[in-house]
Amino acid sequence: MNRALRPLFATTAIFMLAYLMAVAQFPAMLSTRVVGNLLTDNAFLGIAAVGMTFVILSGGIDLSVGAVIGFTTVLIAVLIMWVGMHPLAAFAVALIVAAAFGAAMGAAIHYLRVPSFIVTLAGMFLARGAASVLSPDSIGIKHEFYSAVSKAYILLPGGGRLTTIAMLMLLVFAFGIVLAHRTRFGACVYAIGGSETSAALMGVPVARTTIGIYTLSSTLAGLAGVVFSLYTSAGYSLNALGMELDAIAAVVIGGTLLTGGYGLVAGTFIGVMLQGLVQTYIVFDGTLSSWWTKIVIGGLLFMFIVLQRLIFSTSARKRKTVGTP
Amino acid sequence: MTRPTAHLRPSSKPPAGRPRPLANFFTRPQVIALALVLCVNWLLFPGFFSITWQDGRLFGSLIDVLNRGAPVAILAIGMTAVIATKGVDLSVGAVMAISGAVAAVMVTSGQPAWLAVMAALAAGLVCGLWNGILVTVLQIQPIIATLVLMVAGRGLAQLITEGTIVTFSDPVLIFIGTGTVLGLPTPVFLALALMLAATLIVRRTALGLLIEAVGVNRSAARFAGISAGLLLVLAYTFAGFCAATAGLIAAGDIRGADANNAGLWLELDAILAVVIGGTSLMGGRFSIPMSVLGAVIIQAMNTGILISGFSPEFNLVVKSGVIILILILQSPISANLLRRKTTAHSDGARR
Repeated sequence: MNRALRPLFATTAIFMLAYLMAVAQFPAMLSTRVVGNLLTDNAFLGIAAVGMTFVILSGGIDLSVGAVIGFTTVLIAVLIMWVGMHPLAAFAVALIVAAAFGAAMGAAIHYLRVPSFIVTLAGMFLARGAASVLSPDSIGIKHEFYSAVSKAYILLPGGGRLTTIAMLMLLVFAFGIVLAHRTRFGACVYAIGGSETSAALMGVPVARTTIGIYTLSSTLAGLAGVVFSLYTSAGYSLNALGMELDAIAAVVIGGTLLTGGYGLVAGTFIGVMLQGLVQTYIVFDGTLSSWWTKIVIGGLLFMFIVLQRLIFSTSARKRKTVGTP
Repeated sequence: MTRPTAHLRPSSKPPAGRPRPLANFFTRPQVIALALVLCVNWLLFPGFFSITWQDGRLFGSLIDVLNRGAPVAILAIGMTAVIATKGVDLSVGAVMAISGAVAAVMVTSGQPAWLAVMAALAAGLVCGLWNGILVTVLQIQPIIATLVLMVAGRGLAQLITEGTIVTFSDPVLIFIGTGTVLGLPTPVFLALALMLAATLIVRRTALGLLIEAVGVNRSAARFAGISAGLLLVLAYTFAGFCAATAGLIAAGDIRGADANNAGLWLELDAILAVVIGGTSLMGGRFSIPMSVLGAVIIQAMNTGILISGFSPEFNLVVKSGVIILILILQSPISANLLRRKTTAHSDGARR
């Protein structure tokens, strides 16, 4: 069996086991209503996590996604409520702004030769700051398009609702899987994650791919912002505060190697769902407090990091003993 | 006939001895930047530099800048050691929350204050030790290893405080946050004392050199006989200790432990302070006093923005501008532009 797939199987097994245990305790959790809510409530996280998967696959990290989501929600609210644009036009503007923002960060990472961590940190400050400069207060969005979207859903057997934003997330995951495994861009991302120097020597367009990766991540964060805006019908500069950590955790729990080069977009989906399951379980239980979510996710993160080390340590030892991997 | 090696030496450059340290200090970009920020503050608020002595302590905007900047300065001291080893510690904000929570819960449950302070510092040491073990024994990237505690740490702090903001009226803890030592606010005194102690320890012994060696090339350092693992654990434990100290100050300042907001995003400020101070994120050369200076610069900017009447959120935009400026200045492109004549050396700057 492919070594890179083992973390994915582990994640899937843990998810199934956790779900079965939750169902054994609360039989009501085995319903399409819960599944539908699981998808809807985590739609924005899932969409942003797809972008984060590409960034981490390339060996980088993007700390700006939460801030980009917050900025996008504010920008959309401002454009709709103050400028009077149609929501769809506002979404387009927001996505273009997010894409340009990501491209600028990618260019800075490649041409200035600084760690992605510090560039996206600056991006995070910039996006959060710009959002609060636009409007420090929360702006409610009232538009018939928003109410139409919130009413549009597919009724699943059993009373569950597959909402528009849940379907959008599933579409983004499908797009991410195709992009990662069936396109030249995806192959380039894996190559850069394996070793940037080797990739450059092989003729991978490192500059174009790096800029592409961060553009993709920011655009998807912008799309997550659109979803967040639809989900909450409001724009607020502190929306999705610290969400980048949830996205990173989802990617890692999904089995993507943090040093880059190994991992699957599909794993990230399970990672997102596992986080959602933990939250749903805590809601169902009722006696556990919300801070247990953080502790459990931290614990899962730790478990998967150790798992990765155990699986990859033999190959790492064989490959080289120089430097930290 | 000239020897062939003559071309390799830049003849224009004299074999300069050690430059005068004081003149060197005042021409550092960080010092000039601080002077500029302070001047702007002075233009915005003419009474900025006035310091008065009242009730046995100093008062004034400048003292306020130092006082508000002290927690980040203390975090930056520990962060400098970690970044010098080519690592980074994202968990310091969460560790602040944990140490504040431990101290607050201990004193409210009737324990003596000294025990609460020791327990809070011990909690910080344990957190740092945990990070250090993840980085050395399990060989996890520092960003990710410390991310675990960053995510779970606030949950742990909330577990300790049981989700509430634990308030206290213990005089010792309040003294740590708002008291006065030798006319200075206690946080400033603590930051100065930690800075001096840490600088003396790393510069008067070989420890600083060893840390730099590990940061530049861990394997080479290990082959040279340095116990790199032990040094890394030490660096992270020290960062945990500094974070616990900052957490005590933050808790004493508001007379309560707020697990959600204590030290929120301060890890990023601390990293920024270290970067402004000129320590490279690639490890190697570091300077603890310059990192503290970086923290003071950040706080002076914060104060300036507050004085000028902009919303505090504007801070973030200014901060990002500063980061971008520093990145451009430190990048190989500008380095090439600035010193074309020096022998080209390939930068080890990689992600």
